[in-house]
Order: sequence, then C-alpha cells, then structure tokens
Amino acid sequence: MRLRKELPVVAVVAAGGALGAVARYAASLAWPTPAGAFPWTILTVNASGCAVLGVLMVLLTETTTAPHPLLRPFLGTGFCGGFTTFSTANLDTQSLLSAGDPTRGLLYLGGTLLTALAAVAAGVTAARALVRARGRHA
Amino acid sequence: MNWLLVVAGAVVGAPLRYLTDRAVQARHDSVFPWGTFVVNVVGSFVLGLLTGVTSAQAHLLLGTGLCGALTTYSTFSYETFRLYENGAKGFAALNVTGSLAAGLAAVWLGVETAAGLG
Repeated sequence: MRLRKELPVVAVVAAGGALGAVARYAASLAWPTPAGAFPWTILTVNASGCAVLGVLMVLLTETTTAPHPLLRPFLGTGFCGGFTTFSTANLDTQSLLSAGDPTRGLLYLGGTLLTALAAVAAGVTAARALVRARGRHA
Repeated sequence: MNWLLVVAGAVVGAPLRYLTDRAVQARHDSVFPWGTFVVNVVGSFVLGLLTGVTSAQAHLLLGTGLCGALTTYSTFSYETFRLYENGAKGFAALNVTGSLAAGLAAVWLGVETAAGLG
C-alpha cells in the first residue's frame, strides 16, 4: 500500500469517523435508552445514517462533475460509517433476546434491518431525482 | 473527558475499517462485500467481550468509540442495496442473512467468553 498516497485518505476517514461517533454519542445522551427498553435511539441513528449515505453516494458517484477525492472517505466512509453501528445493534438485539423478550429482540433486529434498507433506497431515489432535475435545468 | 474517549476510539476504529476493507477487497474477486462483513463481525465480537468490563471509560473508548466506528450499518445497507440493484439478488440476501447471523453469533460468543472469564 502506498502510504504517502493513503495518508490523507486515512486522516479524513479518522476525522469523519470521530465526528460521526461523537454525533452518535450525543444522540445517546440526548435520548438515552433505559436498560431493557427498545433501543429507539440507535435504530434512528442507523436509519438516518443510511439515508444520508444513500444521498451522498449518488451525489459523489453518479454525477458528471467529479467531486473532491477526499469527500467520499470523509463523509461516507468516515462520518456515516462512524455514526452508524452494526456492533451495538447486535449487542442490543442479543440483550433483548437473552432478557427473555424474544419478540422485542426479533422486532428490533428486523426493524433495524428494514428501516436501514428502506432509508438507503429512499436516499438514493431522492438524490437521483434531484440530480436528474438539476440536469434538466442546467 | 468522555467525549475525548469516544473520539480516541473512533479515530482508530474508522481507519481500521477502511484499511481492513481495502486489504480484504484486494484479496478476492467476488462481488460479495467481505471487507464490511469482516469488520462488522470482528467489531461485534469485541463489543460482546466488553460486557465483561465494568469501567465506563473503557466502554466509551472501546465500545462507543472503537467498535462503533469499526462497524457500520450504513455501508452494510448500501452495499446490500447495490447488490440487489445490480441484479445480484442472491448475494444481497446472503449478505443480509450472513452478516446478521455471523454478527449475532459473534456478539453472543463475546458475551459468553466474557462471562466465562469473569
């Protein structure tokens, strides 16, 4: 791996990831989830991060103008990646399942998956419509 | 101080995800997003292990920061969506079932290991 070329990318991934993680931590402080309760905050964090990434990827990879090469690693890999979390979603699912509440555990597992996929699809679709509309007026 | 712990964990976790993804994706030719799969499963295991640690600071640094930034739901969802959109519907379904099954198994294994050690 060519380190000199990778270094700026790694640096902006770290910076974006830190911003995303801090935003997720702020959300968990603003809307704390009591022990054993349905983890609405992380579900919302994950779904909204998916919607943002869907929009971003269209704007960064499906337009005619080439964006700055560091935008995708900063905003996509860094911020959205650091904001959303797969590990916490799994641990919360495991906690609900092992707490003798399989219905809520499965609802959380399926609910997170479905809202995340729907959010990505909605973000991509909306951004493509925006790009097309802009193209017509250009 | 708490914010700094989250930042310190994330500035390691996010680049670790990026570099792992790059390294893994360079080693196979399939359309399956193994890079994201690997970081999500490893991060889930480590977060499970952390249930054996009581220090709130360790949870902020290694849980909220490191594991939170190492794993990603957005890239997992986006890659699944792209596989489906590009006609690789079987791979999309495999990514969903495989990632969730392996992620949950990893978290469980981490929790059980921590309980066994504790």
